[in-house]
Order: sequence, then structure tokens, then C-alpha cells
Amino acid sequence: MDVRSQISMVFHLDKCIGCHTCSVACKNIWTDRKGAEYMWWNNVETKPGTGYPGKWENQDIYKGGWEEDGNGGIRLKGAGKPKSLSNIFHNPHMPSIDDYYEPFTYKYLDLIEAEAGDIQPTARPVSMITGEPMDIQMGPNWDDDLSGTPDYARKDPNLEDLSEAEQEAMFQLERMAFFYLPRICNHCLNAACVASCPSGAIYKRGEDGVVLINQDVCRGWRMCVTACPYKKSYYNWDTGKSEKCILCYPRLESGYAPACMHSCVGRIRYLGVILYDADRIEEAASADESELVERQLDMLLDPFDPEVIAAAKENGVADSTIESAQNSPTYKFVKEWDLALPLHPEFRTLPMLFYVPPLLPVMASVADANDNAQREKIHDIGKKWPDEWVYDTSIDQLFGTIDDARFPLEYMASLFSAGDVEAVKSRLEKLMAIRLHRRRETVGDVDSATVDKALKKAGLTGQRANAIYYLTSLAKFDDRFVIPPAHREQAIEMLDEDVGATKGETGFGFKRGTNKRGA
Amino acid sequence: MGWIKDIISPQTRKWEEFYRNRFQHDRVVRSTHGVNCTGGCSWQIHVKDGIVTWETQQLDYPLLEDSLPPYEPRGCQRGMSYSWYLYSPLRIKYPLVRGALIDAYRAKKRETGDPMAAWKALQDDEEARRDYQKARGKGGFRRTTWEEVLEIMAVANISTAEEYGPDRVVGFSPIPAMSMLSYAAGSRFLQLFGGLNLSFYDWYCDLPTAFPEIWGEQTDVCESADWYNSKMIADMGANLNMTRTPDCHFFAEARHNGTKTVVFAPDFSQVSKFADQWVPLHAGSDGAYWMAVTHVILNEFHHKKKTPYFLDYVKQYTDSPHLVKLDKRDDGSLHPGRLLRASELSDYSDVDEGDWKFVNIDAESGEFVVPRGSSGCRWDDEDGNWSLEMRDSVSGEDYDPVLTLLERSDQVEEVEFTDFGLDNTASRGVPVMEVETEDGTELVTTIYDLIMAQYGVDRGLKGDYPSGYDDKDAAYTPAWQEIFTGVSGDTVLQFARQWGNTAESTGGKCMIIIGAGINHWYHANLMYRAGAMALMLTGCVGKNGGGLNHYVGQEKLAPVDAWGAVAFGKDWQSAVRLQQAPLWHYINTCQYRYDGHFKRYNTVPDNEMTQKHTADLIYKSVRMGNMPFFPQFDVNTLDLCEEAEVHGAQTNEEIEDYVLEKLKRKKVDYAVGDPEAESNFPRVWYIWRGNAVMGSMKGHEYCLKHYLGTHHNTIAGDSEDRTEDVVWRDEAPEGKMDLLVNLNFRMDSSALYCDIVLPAASWYEKADLNSTDLHSFIHPLSAAIPPVWESKTDWNIFRELAKATSEAAEEYFPGVKKDIVAGPISHDSSGEISQPHVKDWYEGECEAIPGETMHKLTVVERDYTKLYDKFITLGDRICDSGLGAHGTHYEIEDVFDEMVESNHFPVDQRNGKSLPSIEDAEQAANAILKLSTLTNSGLTKRAYEGIEKKTGQDLSDLSESGAHEGHLTYADLQAQPRRYNTSPVWSGLMNDGRAYAAYTQNVERLIPWRTLTGRQHFYLDHEMYLAFGENLPTYKPSPKPRAYGDLRKTLENDEARILNCLTPHGKWHIHSTYMENHRMLTLSRGCEPVWLSEPDAEAMDIQDNDWVEVHNDHGVYAARCTVSSRIPKGVCIVYHVPERTVSIPKSQVRDGERAGGHNSFTRIHLKPNFLAGGYGQFTYHFNYWGPIAPNRDTHVVIHKMTHVEF
Repeated sequence: MDVRSQISMVFHLDKCIGCHTCSVACKNIWTDRKGAEYMWWNNVETKPGTGYPGKWENQDIYKGGWEEDGNGGIRLKGAGKPKSLSNIFHNPHMPSIDDYYEPFTYKYLDLIEAEAGDIQPTARPVSMITGEPMDIQMGPNWDDDLSGTPDYARKDPNLEDLSEAEQEAMFQLERMAFFYLPRICNHCLNAACVASCPSGAIYKRGEDGVVLINQDVCRGWRMCVTACPYKKSYYNWDTGKSEKCILCYPRLESGYAPACMHSCVGRIRYLGVILYDADRIEEAASADESELVERQLDMLLDPFDPEVIAAAKENGVADSTIESAQNSPTYKFVKEWDLALPLHPEFRTLPMLFYVPPLLPVMASVADANDNAQREKIHDIGKKWPDEWVYDTSIDQLFGTIDDARFPLEYMASLFSAGDVEAVKSRLEKLMAIRLHRRRETVGDVDSATVDKALKKAGLTGQRANAIYYLTSLAKFDDRFVIPPAHREQAIEMLDEDVGATKGETGFGFKRGTNKRGA
Repeated sequence: MGWIKDIISPQTRKWEEFYRNRFQHDRVVRSTHGVNCTGGCSWQIHVKDGIVTWETQQLDYPLLEDSLPPYEPRGCQRGMSYSWYLYSPLRIKYPLVRGALIDAYRAKKRETGDPMAAWKALQDDEEARRDYQKARGKGGFRRTTWEEVLEIMAVANISTAEEYGPDRVVGFSPIPAMSMLSYAAGSRFLQLFGGLNLSFYDWYCDLPTAFPEIWGEQTDVCESADWYNSKMIADMGANLNMTRTPDCHFFAEARHNGTKTVVFAPDFSQVSKFADQWVPLHAGSDGAYWMAVTHVILNEFHHKKKTPYFLDYVKQYTDSPHLVKLDKRDDGSLHPGRLLRASELSDYSDVDEGDWKFVNIDAESGEFVVPRGSSGCRWDDEDGNWSLEMRDSVSGEDYDPVLTLLERSDQVEEVEFTDFGLDNTASRGVPVMEVETEDGTELVTTIYDLIMAQYGVDRGLKGDYPSGYDDKDAAYTPAWQEIFTGVSGDTVLQFARQWGNTAESTGGKCMIIIGAGINHWYHANLMYRAGAMALMLTGCVGKNGGGLNHYVGQEKLAPVDAWGAVAFGKDWQSAVRLQQAPLWHYINTCQYRYDGHFKRYNTVPDNEMTQKHTADLIYKSVRMGNMPFFPQFDVNTLDLCEEAEVHGAQTNEEIEDYVLEKLKRKKVDYAVGDPEAESNFPRVWYIWRGNAVMGSMKGHEYCLKHYLGTHHNTIAGDSEDRTEDVVWRDEAPEGKMDLLVNLNFRMDSSALYCDIVLPAASWYEKADLNSTDLHSFIHPLSAAIPPVWESKTDWNIFRELAKATSEAAEEYFPGVKKDIVAGPISHDSSGEISQPHVKDWYEGECEAIPGETMHKLTVVERDYTKLYDKFITLGDRICDSGLGAHGTHYEIEDVFDEMVESNHFPVDQRNGKSLPSIEDAEQAANAILKLSTLTNSGLTKRAYEGIEKKTGQDLSDLSESGAHEGHLTYADLQAQPRRYNTSPVWSGLMNDGRAYAAYTQNVERLIPWRTLTGRQHFYLDHEMYLAFGENLPTYKPSPKPRAYGDLRKTLENDEARILNCLTPHGKWHIHSTYMENHRMLTLSRGCEPVWLSEPDAEAMDIQDNDWVEVHNDHGVYAARCTVSSRIPKGVCIVYHVPERTVSIPKSQVRDGERAGGHNSFTRIHLKPNFLAGGYGQFTYHFNYWGPIAPNRDTHVVIHKMTHVEF
């Protein structure tokens, strides 16, 4: 047992409001500069949709992540080290600017500086790269809220396994819905970006598992851009190096939550330490597709288990980190409560960001109705809506059931469980059982036997249901983010520097930047 | 291959400093955003190297009750991107003036050698004036100095006051709550000057007129934490993710606590993802759905089950047991009429204010009783009778009111009820009884019985009752509503039953969250009333977790009692000029000329009151004191007072009498009666904190044409329907305004069209206060950095303007002047029981008595040389008048003296008096916090004592457990968010961390609503409501396109696909703010697109991202198109407000003229029944009552652009 600690994340999709505050928080601090304009370390996608960059989930196009090597093991799908040298100068699987977007701005100053003329000035769009007028055809959030459904949502790669009728139904009044998928770097246990880097510039930090690209070492080969199946590594065209989400380590080290999590106004995000057994990475990542989720969860260790604690200490995991792991909200959601799932486990990177799947409104039905006769009676002034149908969404029970929910479960399973419908369904049923239980506790107008049955089926006691409810609804900031102490004093000491002297000296001298490649 | 190794080595990781350096910062300051989003979020502004680098949310909100989720974090994607503006290319860094104006002014100044003479000469030079007007909006800005622009503004102010009167100087700034002192700066200046402030809440159509109608309240709603207390939430017209972004989590979290959620929206709006059920009602048909819901609730829970909780609730808290007279028409038909008054009964005929006291029947004795709590009990001389205790106001005896006459009277008469939807009249049996009144025998029934009949609840009485829920022809059955909503009757049935059961099980924890998606329709009040009925009938109002919670605009200015005095100069003078904006713009932008008769689009019964043009009815309402209108008269009010004095008037009263006589003899006339006369133009317009020319300007193109006199895109012509009383001139003037001034931090659409643009400090550069109804804290705005470049705070700009104007007055207009203010009769004064009938003195229908049958007349002294002195000090008039709001009143003299004596408040010596200084905004903030019941517990107690006296209820505990110790200061608010006190200014109880919910004070502490009866109103018996068919809750369909008149010219020779254009609040901006923010444009589509359904797009051969033009007679908007499956057929959405400054091409349908914004295709339509006045809750107050300016019923056509040119 090789016990290590990993800061992990849970995003509760049922609570996500799709506001993109997280994206802006991140951009303001980290990527609001030349060469980084198009980088969205944190972005939010509408599902169904094609996301950013377009169709990133389709590895037939991008060749990201890992694949089985035919010998019971796995290999990088597109940019493995063995192949990389020949690909350095020509990488056919890179997203192009059209898959991202050409960053644009406007000639705002024209509004203030335009000479007197015959027509009102307007600030026309221009390229941030060339400064020339441009026609905006794509952006980092282009298919937000089902924008351009025909061209985007209907081409969501996750629809591939659905029948045409099922696909069509997802966009009809009675079955339509959408939800949001916020994404950051998954800080994977089996990170393809790390494995792909020819320069060895990418690494996981030992104390917290944060994956970083060393800006001194990176040579801009961009293998990580291809290898990351989530497309969360970006090439900075100004510095000539790649950059990615750093999980706001400077904030974590100061005890702050990452900016995207701090700013999450839907309060959907949780962060905490999980201890895992690094000896089992290879085995878990190589498992049969049907077992991927289960194997990954198996790796996550009980932080109260004395053996785990002993092994952790032996590996140098700090007591304070073990304590954090014991209070970790993510451990509860992911392991103890079985409520959260990784995104696209079939990419085999063992992502450490997990998602609680969302509930959706119940289906409705639409019946033909010829209302011409009635319509003729409407007051002469009154507007008539010439629809030949009536929409019905009446249900007998107070809430709908999971089986009545909009969207086939297969769609969710394609996202979160490599196709395992049961894994998604059991989690949604849990959420619904908790709602019923809380209804009983707060109103008492639901049949108690029905509630008990639902709890039992979901494998929940009332007590556990209340605990989940607390963390879902009432949690305070410190419940949602349990940040392990960074022990910066120890890190500084390991540099053979006197911590006391650092106290007095830090910040003097010039701020340290990294040079542009070739500079 | 080797598996991934973690790296621990610090040497290898030394580069990590790279990102650490970026994160380090120097200073964090608490501020917020003064934007009308209703969020009111507390932010950390990060400063590094003296530059604001980013912002993130504060997390230190104090917790409310243990059972509620916390408020942190609050703040959205828009707020998070604000810092972009600070140093953006849109930033106004220096004073700007349009070249055409400044060249002409400088030339005149060279000629005359004098600023005042130069300004007058410029205005007298018709050609020069037209030239700079035509240049508006077309570039040519020049950088200038503060000195020069202050000089121009000062002489324009003084010249206007001297020549036309001060009430030709106008100001518009919206929603003070978002930055109270920035608003107050301009309003204080204008009111001290004698100018006018335009209202905003009604103008934005955010005022839910149903609130005054039902509750006598502008708006009062629960804070967002209280959503969590609800067990069934119906969300309609409020897209919570998009528009209540920081609050939406309470909605999501409530679901996990077992709350049922149903979302009503025609499109799959963003909040629909949180729904248990999504109900896509046809746009604007929500009222029909709720009428049917109430039909089921009445039938099943009231009639059949007689749910005790519901019946007890409506007896005590609603007007339902009140008796109503039935009017017999000439054809013999009976119609619901006016409420029976105590004065009409011989036993009560001598009761004080008996016209304003009403009648119930006591169940036990069968005798009449006159309930406590009515407006008569409020304004009579007796104390202790104004409460909701069920006691007779005369005898003091307990009573149990009779709800229905069903088992008390054998007499059943058929009464006529109109279904405006299917254009039906139903004659339905109603139990009645005969009453002997002073005027003879009258038939009466209860409001409850009328409601049962109106809703078609079959109680076995004769007449045209529905045969069952599936009776399609009978209003308001579940089957009937299908034709309007497109939603099945079964959906209604199931919903109504779950609603009733939940309310019964929880004691009223069902709520409606409602917003602009409903309130922006022409018949919004009826839709709101329809929903409110379902709430009141199930006891869900005045309960935590219940209520009609309307969130449209950040109207809740918590410390309004003290703020009002500072903002409107009431510390110096007794009368103000506060203008109802919708009717003002309707008249002054000449939009009434294009409107036609309201009967073309409003289904109203045909009777004497529904005959005239809306403009004529406005004119009448102004004469009667029901609505304000400034400019008041066709003469200068300063000259008028001087004339009175020349004619021997010595006192203010004598001047008032002189003017009254002139009005009566029609020797002075009202400006509103002849709005196209040059003498009646508004002349100088100050715009700050808002986008008055474009963002909020319904009929924007008419504004460009008639106010500004520049290019425009309207093709509409005068309507054939002419006014009768308002003078109709053949030519409508273009370019009424002499000068437009804009204070702004960015070049928005309004700034682009103004003559002078002043650089204003941004929200991270000034001190101010902010409150909202979404939470119960007061937040500060603070200066993280000083104002950048040459910008100044709004407070300081108006202070400088006051100084410059005073200095100009010394030279050109010295001395004390008298001014006479004609103000409307106001709500929360005894004037609200002054007009029992609609009688117009002007037509000789009654005597002209100011403050009763007509507007008030008040003489005010103006000394323009003292404007500055008054601006910067707090006047001691409030020591005599006291302070108050919403009917409260308290004395503050001792606190005022304390401020003068205390070392903590700066003092200014002016004109021989020591007064508290409010020279800067922080001082003004501290004065307000010291003087408000919301923030000073000593005053809270005092205000409650006043209410105790009138109500006879013991309320002393409320100021103890619900208030802070002592008073709050600005520095306290900067340290941590502070909850304000429970106060009688508002209606919610907040003691011990309880979430604020409206009307809990009324329900639990028996304080009446400020309405006619003191109860919540099912029934509205004002004569205009009877005449307009809105006395009972009813359904009127949205008008069809041709009736509304948007497309007369557009479709003259053309058949096109007509779409209902909806303009709901969007995701990437708050109105126009943030819309052109680079961050938001990047995350959206680089413009504000037009959303179209897949079938409509296909039919018009439009692809996603094509350029299209949206147009009608009024104007045109051009943008890209977004095709989406979540949009229903027949509608298109343009989220408001696009700026016309960014990425707007030239229009092809308007010959290459620049296309406009979303208000380019709107025009004002008003509902005349909102002009009622002097009658209980139907009495004017600023932003409280009057016609609202809807935009949702607008229809457009769309053309694909073949050529895009900027």
C-alpha cells in the first residue's frame, strides 16, 4: 500500500446554475493576458452540447487519454512518448483555432474618438490577434443554453449511442431539458498530460496531487494538449509554453479555496483531501470498461482505518493532512455515500473531480387538439396562439420518479459511468429518496411507507439521508472546503533556506517571472 | 511504462513562485455594484500596485436562523467582470462635450463676452440650436475642462429657471437603493433647485401594480433565504439562475429539503432545469392558468372541504366578508358595485369618516358590524381602532364575520359576470340580502360570494355555472384555460390540489416567485392578482415560506425614512417635484400621438369612463391631483408667484389662493394640456446612474426624434384617434431639449447621445450605501482606489454643480424667489380618503379644493445663491417635521442636536447656524444611518410607539429583539455586513435571525395593510375599476399584433411572419451594464443575439449566427440570430438591454441608418385605470402608483440581412 494524498473535488450538478462566475473568477486572476486570451482553465458547458473546444469528448478526433494496449495494459491514445518524437513538429490531433475561437474585441475607442459625422459610430468587432475587423463565428461558450441547437447540441458526442428517435425526443417540448457541466483540470491520478510530456515538465505535486506544468522546463511541444482528453492544457502563443489549471495552489497554500470554488454562487463545489493507494493506479486504469468506476473508487482509502493512517505516516503524509482527509466532504460524497461519479472514466486518467448527477424535470406528453372552434370565440382584441396541441405534465405523486425524468439515462451514463446506467440511476434515486425523506420530516404529507421503501432501495438510513441533506443544502463555507495545511515552512526549509530569514526577505528583489521560450 | 511519480523536491519546484507572485496583492476593500440587479452583493476588491486587479465575493455574512443555508457567497459572473470597466477603452476619463455645441457656445461667448448671454443667444438662434441637436449621437466629442462644463450647466440651469421656470429642469436616475447617495446627490440638487425627478420603477414596468391594488404597498417581498422555508414554489416570469444568480441556491437547496418546484415559462428557461415540472404556458397567458387554479381551490378546499385554516384566514385578513352593493342597470341586469359604507346605514350614519368604513355581518348576532382597520379608522381622530382585531370599531365588541350569505338569506339573484377572454357574459345566481340605506333599499352580497360566482363555483345556485371542470366555455374552468395556455386541464387540477394540500399541511408555505416575465405585460396587474388569489385563499400571505415574491428591480431602499429627507431636500423645504415617468414620457415624447385609443387593445366595457384618449385622462388625473405633471403650468411658476405678490398677496397662503383662483378661472393652464407648446418643453436633462435615452426608454426612437431632434428610425405616423382636451397641434415638435448631461463611467448608449458627458467615479472608487429586498443587510460601496483620471463621485459632481449654479445666481439671478408646487394627493396621508367618487372640478363637477378634489398647492422659497449652502448641510426643518415613511412618523430633534454636538459628526457653520455637514458622501451616509429606524434602535422604538398608539397593539418587543444596539455607522458596514432592524417602515419580522417575509407584521401583530379596508383586497371598488371591468380578479388576453399597433406601416404592403418579441432579463448583463463588457461578450455570442425557435428559423430560411433585423413601425434592431430548441414557436427573444454602441450594423430596412436597440421596437401603452387617485391604496406616491410602461406585448417581423456593414 502506497498511501498518498490528493486534493479532490466534487461538483453537485443538480445545484449548478450555469452562471459562469467560476470561469470569470479564474480568468481574472490567471488568464487575462497576452497569449492566454482563449484559455478557460475553468469553463462551463451546456449539456447536451459540444463544449469547449468543440467536441472535445470525441477522441476519434482528438486522440486524448489512454487506450487498452491489447496486452492487458494501457497506452496513450494519441501522443504517447514512444510516438512523440516523430510528432513533435506535426501533431495532427491538435485542436485548431477554429475548434477554440479567435479571440475578439471591439474598437471601443471609436465611440469616444469618432469625428463628427452623418451616422452614429459603433464599436465593430476586431481580432485580438491581428487587430483587423472580424466576423465572429465561435466563442468559448458558443452553445450556451442550447444556443445553435441544430449545429451543436444535436451533435453532442454522447448522443451517438442513442437511437434517432431518442435523440430527436431530447429536443422536443415534452422531453427537452439541459443541464450544466462545469469543468476544470481533473488533477488525474493517471494524468495523460504528465505521461505525454517529452520535456518532463509536467508533474503531480507530492503533497496534494496538483498537476502543474513547470514554466521553466516546458518547451512548448504541446503533447499535453493532445494527451489530455479533457482538453484542459492550453498552449500560450505568446510565451511559447503550455499552461493549465493550477488548482489555485497559491490560494490553497494560504488556506483559501480555489477562485472558481470560492466564487461558486450556486454553492455546488466541494474540495477536500482523499487518501489513495498509488500501487493500484495501473490496475485501476487498466480495468475493463465496465469496472472502471468501481476500481477507481476502490483505490480511495478510509482515512479512519489505522492501517491506512500508519501507511500514510510512513509515506510522510502530515498528521494535519490525515485530519483533513477525515473531515473531507469529497470523501463522503464520492466514497462513503456513493453519490458522485468521474467524468468520462473511459478516458482512463482516473480524474479526481467527481460529479453528482443532476435531477431533471419529469417528462410530459403532448396531445393533438383541434381548438379552432374555441379559438374563434376569443375576444376580438385577444391574441390567439395557433397551436394544435395540448401539453400535459400532470403527475399523481408529488415528485416525479427517476424513470419519468427527461433524457434517457443512457445519456448521463455516457458522461459519468462509461455507459453503466445503473451507476447513474442509483445515485439519482438516492437524491430523490432524500427529497422524499425531507418532505416527510418537514411537511409529513407523503406516505411514510413509500419513503421508507425509497430510502431502503437507495441504501440510506434516515440519519445518513439527513447528513447528505446537510452537506447538500445547509453546508457552510468551511464544510464545503476542507483545505489541508500546506506547511510552507517545511517546503522552504527543504530549500536549505532559513525560514526566519525568509520571513524578513520574502518579496524583496524583483518579482520572478519565467522567460518566453527562445527569449 | 513507469507510472506517474509525484514530485516533492522544492528545488525543482522553485518556479512555482511564478503563479504565487501573480496572486499576491496589496489591499482588499469591501464594495459592491451599484447596478439595478437586486443582488446587493458584498465584494472584496483586490488592489495590487495601486491598480484594481480582480474582485471576488465576501464570505462574512452573519448567519440567520440555524435551519437556513448561509448567504455566502453572493455575486455573479457580471459582478465578477466589473473591474474590466475601470481601465477599459470605454472609460470616461475627462469631461467631454460635443463639438457642435461647444463651438457654437464658444462663438456666442466670444460675441457676447458673457456665459449667460452666450447661452441665451445660442438658444435664440434657431439654426444653431438645430445644428447641435442634429449632431447628437454622431461622434465629435471633445475633451474639455470641468470649469467649462460647469459654467455651461450653471447658466443653462439659471437661464431655464428665469425664462421658463425651474420645473423645466429634469433629472433621471433609477433605483436609488443600489447606490443611495449617488442618487441622492442629483435628486437633492434638483429638488433644492425646483426641478423634477422622474420615477423609474413604474417606468421600467417593474412596479407590480397589483401590490398597491391588493396590499397598498409598492412592493414588499421575502428575502431570498425565505424561499428555503417554502414547501411548494411556483416560479413564473422569474428566471432565477439568470436574474437572481446569487440567490438561486436557496431554490436549489430547498428542493433537497423536500420542496416541490414548478416552473412556468414559455421557453425552457434556465431555471426550468430545477423544476419538478416545467409548464410551458403560451407567452403571457399565465393569468388564465391561475384563474383556473383558483377555480379548483375554491371548489375543493373552500366550497366542498371548507378547510378551516383557509376560511379563518380569509375572514380576518382579506376583504372577503365585506358587503358589496349590486347595481341595477337600465336593462335590469345586476352588476357588482361599490362597497357598502357605514355612512349608508342609519345606525352608523354619524360615525366619523363613515364613507371610509365598511360593513360586515356578525355570524352570531346577524347584525351589521363596522370592522376596525379600515382607512376611515386610520385617518379618523380616534386612536386604537386601526388594527386587524375582529372587533367592531364603534362598539369594540368581538365579532365573527359572515363569509357567505348562502345559509343566511333565501334570496338569490342573478348577477352578470364578464369573461373578457372568450368574450362571454354569464348570469350567475348569488345569495343576496336587502339593506335599508340612507338612499333606500339596496341589494348586497359579500365579496366572498361574488368571488365564488365570478370563478364559477357551482354551489347549487341558479344561472350559468360551469357543468364541470371540463366545461370549455365556462370561465374559469381547467378546460377553459387550455385555449389560452396550451396546457392541459389535468395539469391545472393536479397542481391546484398539491398547492392546497401543501398550504393546509404547512400553514401557508406555498409561494410564487414572480418577475418581469409577467410584470412587463400590458395586463400584468391581472396576472398578478390571479396568482395572488391562489395565495390569499390558501392562507399563504404574511407567512414565512409563502407570499407573492416579486423581484424586478432593486427597489427596496431599506433606510428610506431618513434617506428620503436627504435625497429630496426635505430637510430644507416642504414640497417636492417627483414625476410619474411613464405618463410624462408618453406625453412629452409625443408617443400619445401615435397611440390611438386604448380601447383598440384593451378589452373594456363601454361606458362613460372608457371614452376618452389616454392623454385626456392623464390631463384629468393631473387636475384632480391623482397624478403629478411637471412642468406644471403654461407659465413660469416663479413669475406666477411674483405676479401674486404684485397683486397684493403677502403670505404664502395668499399666493396659493391667488393661483387657485387663476386656475379656477382658467387664466393659467396646465402644461400637460398643451404639451407641444414651446413654453411647455422640458429643457435641461440630467441623466446619471442609468441609461435613460436607450436602456429604459420605451419608444426610444420617439425620444431621439422629439426630445433630441436627431436621426431616428421610426416610420410611424400620427394616429387617427385624436385627443379632445389635450391641444392637438398639427406638427409635433422635434428637439425639445436644450441640453442633455450624462454622468457616466463608460460610454454607453445614453452618453453617446448626450451633449455633455461627465467622468463619474466607478463603484470601486466611492463611498455609498446599497440595500435590496433579496437580503436584509446594508452594504457599503467603498473607494478601493481614488476616482481615476479626472472622474469625481456623483455626490461631488452635483455638489460642484450646486456651487457653480449658486455662483451664477449671484451674478444673474440673485434674491429670494417664491415658487409654487402643484403636487398630487399622496398615499399614507389623509388625502387617501378624499375622493370617494371621480369628480372633476375643472368640468364643474365639484368645487376645487386643493388637497381634496384637486392637487395640492404649496409655496416654497428658492434662493439660488444658497443652493450650495443647503446642499452641503443637513437642514433643521426635520427637527420640526420629524421623519417617517410608509405611514410611520417619529421625532428626531434630540438626535439631530446630538449630531451637532457630537465630535463624531462634522458640523458646518452656515448663515449663522451650526448644522451637521454632509459635504461628502460618507458624512451623508452616517447621517442617514444615525437617523433611520432601520439602523438606530432608539428611533425604531419611537416609531413603533406611534404605531402602537394608532393600532392599540403592544409592539414594544419588536424594537428589542429585532434591533441592533445603538446605531450603525458606515465603518461598521465596511467591517462586516449588518442586518438592519425590524421596523414599522417595512412589514416583515426579522427578530432572532428569522428570515424576512412580507406582511408577517400584519398577520402576527395585526397591523392593517394600508388599503381602503385595511385588509388584503380581492375586490377593487374604485369607480374606474368598475368601469374598466377590473373590480374582480379576471383574465384579459394579451392584445393581438394588429390591435396593438406596432405593425401598421410595416405590414402595409407585406405579409410576414409576425413574432411576439420578448425582452426578458439576460444572462450576460444587468440591463445594459456589462452588456458590452469584453468578458461577457466573449462568453456569449459577441453581441446580443435574437433567439429564434428551430421551426420559425427554418420557415424564414435563417441559420444559426446569421445576421437579422428585428423591426416594426417604431424602429429596428440588428444582430445575429441564435437558433435554439428551447425557444417556442411564435416568439423571439432579445434579452434586454443591448447597447447600440457595440457591434450594431447599418440597417437595410432603414436605408443604411444605424440600427438601434431593443427599445427601438417598443412604444408606450398605458392602462388608464392606474390613473385613479385620492382613494385608499389608489393614491399617488412616487414609484408606487400610476400607469406602468409595458413592453412584452410587442410584435415584430424579422428579416435576414444580405449585407452587413458597420
